[in-house]
Amino acid sequence: MSKQITFTIDGETCKAEEGTYILDAARKNNKYIPTLCNLEGIPPKGACRMCTVKINGKLVTSCTTRVTDGMQIESEDPGLDDLRKSILEMLFVEGNHLCPSCEKSGSCELQALAYRYRMTVPRYPFFFPRRNIDSTHPKIIKDHNRCILCKRCIRAIKDQNGKSIFAFLNRGHHTKIYVDPDLADKLTDELADRAVEICPVGAIMKRGDGFKDPIGERKYDKQPIGSELEQQL
Amino acid sequence: MAQKVTISPVTRVEGHGKVTIKLDDEGHVTQSRFHIVEFRGFERFVQGRPYWEAPVLVQRLCGICPVSHHLGAAKAVDMIVGAGAGDGLTPTGEKMRRLMHYGQILQSHALHFFHLTSPDLLLGIDADPAVRNVIGVARSPDYKDLAVQGVMMRKFGQEIIEATAGKKIHGTGAIPGGINKSLSLEERDRFLKGKDPLNADTMIDWAEAAVALFRDYHQKHREMIDGYSQFPSNHLSLVGRDGALDLYHGKLRAVDADGKKILNDVNYQDYLSHIAEEVRSWTYMKFPFLTNLGNEKGWYRVGPLARLNTCDFIPTPRAQKAFEEFKAYTGGKPDNMCMHTHWARLIEALFAAESIKELLEDPDLQGEDRVVKGTRQNEGIGLIEAPRGTLFHHYRVNEFDQIQMANLIVSTTNNNQAMNEAVGQVARREMDGQKTITEPMMNAVEVAIRAYDPCLSCATHALGKMPLEITLLNHNEEVVDRKSRHTNGVQQN
Ligand code: SF4
Ligand code: NI
Repeated sequence: MSKQITFTIDGETCKAEEGTYILDAARKNNKYIPTLCNLEGIPPKGACRMCTVKINGKLVTSCTTRVTDGMQIESEDPGLDDLRKSILEMLFVEGNHLCPSCEKSGSCELQALAYRYRMTVPRYPFFFPRRNIDSTHPKIIKDHNRCILCKRCIRAIKDQNGKSIFAFLNRGHHTKIYVDPDLADKLTDELADRAVEICPVGAIMKRGDGFKDPIGERKYDKQPIGSELEQQL
Repeated sequence: MAQKVTISPVTRVEGHGKVTIKLDDEGHVTQSRFHIVEFRGFERFVQGRPYWEAPVLVQRLCGICPVSHHLGAAKAVDMIVGAGAGDGLTPTGEKMRRLMHYGQILQSHALHFFHLTSPDLLLGIDADPAVRNVIGVARSPDYKDLAVQGVMMRKFGQEIIEATAGKKIHGTGAIPGGINKSLSLEERDRFLKGKDPLNADTMIDWAEAAVALFRDYHQKHREMIDGYSQFPSNHLSLVGRDGALDLYHGKLRAVDADGKKILNDVNYQDYLSHIAEEVRSWTYMKFPFLTNLGNEKGWYRVGPLARLNTCDFIPTPRAQKAFEEFKAYTGGKPDNMCMHTHWARLIEALFAAESIKELLEDPDLQGEDRVVKGTRQNEGIGLIEAPRGTLFHHYRVNEFDQIQMANLIVSTTNNNQAMNEAVGQVARREMDGQKTITEPMMNAVEVAIRAYDPCLSCATHALGKMPLEITLLNHNEEVVDRKSRHTNGVQQN
């Protein structure tokens, strides 16, 4: 068993195994640090920057930084909150996120975080990019309007040989997630369901299955995002 | 000198429209038009979207009657998932949807009567516009209870919608092939035995009292009510398989002004072979007509009056009794008197209240079998009787589940010609020989339009509201007078 270390988050003493990523260590101590790209049990990517925290006055992504003994982590402060809010706003303006008709509404992590950080009107102008829907796969539909390129699907959905079924196509502005044509038939029903579930937004939809959860029983209807950890305190 | 009058905006109408009246050089009305000046295409907007989004997406085209669009679209997508054309759902699926629909009918009809119509009837069409509104009704010692009842009936209807659709407006309850929730016992008991007045029995009593109130008013003002705006027309609606009033599903029936069936209970899947739409250059709102009669003679009315003219009976006892009185008044023939639409609307509100109670007592609402799916189709057509009349939703999808084509014919569009007829009639009566537009004249035109409860945001598929004004033009198309006012009733020049 590896060594237990002690560190603080916003002044509170926490414990974790040495070598743990800050975000995971925080989770174990019932401390919520927001994230859109991180997924428990899957190697981190540091893609979304939502989990940014301050250590010795420096900003680091907590999902890719390992905790060390005596580390003093700042996570809740007005500056960081505004930084996170600005990241959310960028994500909103950069895609086409139309919550009212989106089946992920109420279970969407992006929407839930926007509520948490009280986002109203973004400070940046909307891009209104022209994006399409990829509906060629028999099990799922990909709506590029909603994809925030978090790569969760790439990292989490693999075939039996450990190969990623989802992949990036193009670069920069034109980057898109697509299903690797060579592995398309490896996307089983279970994997498709899992992909829909882990996608933080409504970018992956199961065909013919929209709006299954009634309003009131969606993931964040009862409990706002983060509260599952924060209520443990 | 010939003149033309335009009326705008029509107050207490959902959305806005515009009326133009043209006078010849002797001051006689030669032409009147009720038109729509704004257009946002929802049919284009949904193209490319997955079909299961349609019920949630398309309802956004209107904040007034979203439930009707939600259910109309859901019925269309039922077909796409192979759940049949309106009669293939599980009992729970169908009955939950019916409950949602009757909740919507009750709240919409209550709103229309108590908030929008009762000021005209109870306080008088020529009453001071400053008091001729629901606040005026609430303040008058004779009618203050009525205003409260209006608010409560609306609330009850909205709570039914919330319990079935998930939200009071823009819910997600109806999904392809069924519904995403059942009604809990707590919800049921609240609606059945809830604290007075918010329970089904009180709603039925109040709705019945509202019918009686109209009857009473009618007795005292027969000439005005019967003669206000009256013209022969065809009438179209869905009717149940057995000819019953059914607002959720049925066959398409049309009768002419004498009651002859001119569309004999046809399957609405064939609507395109029975109904066509004419485009006229001066308005965005199309003019639908029955193809077998042609565009001159084939126009028809939809809505409460039309429905009571097409159906054979009402399947709930107290509404049926009211229906019998209604039918007796015209000797069993269709009723072509516009202001009787209010009467018909209240009978329907009673029917909705009784239907809600019947449904609530049905244990199928607690069933767990909510969704059906069968063989996937590429096309779906869903019709429903919305509060304002027959609503058509038609979608075609590609093999990738994306909507390729959407066609909507909304209730208000179905009434387009009828509203134009009504405006023309009132204009000839009120505007002949006039050079300026007075407030009572404006209101007279509005009262005629309002009988149809038009939803102009729906009819133009507009996202926002549009202003409406009355303009009086001479034969050289010169503006002689123009008056407009906002929805708060404030008049502007
Ligand atoms: S599809 Fe979903 S999970 Fe995949 S990158 Fe886009 S947002 Fe992330
Ligand atoms: Ni509408």
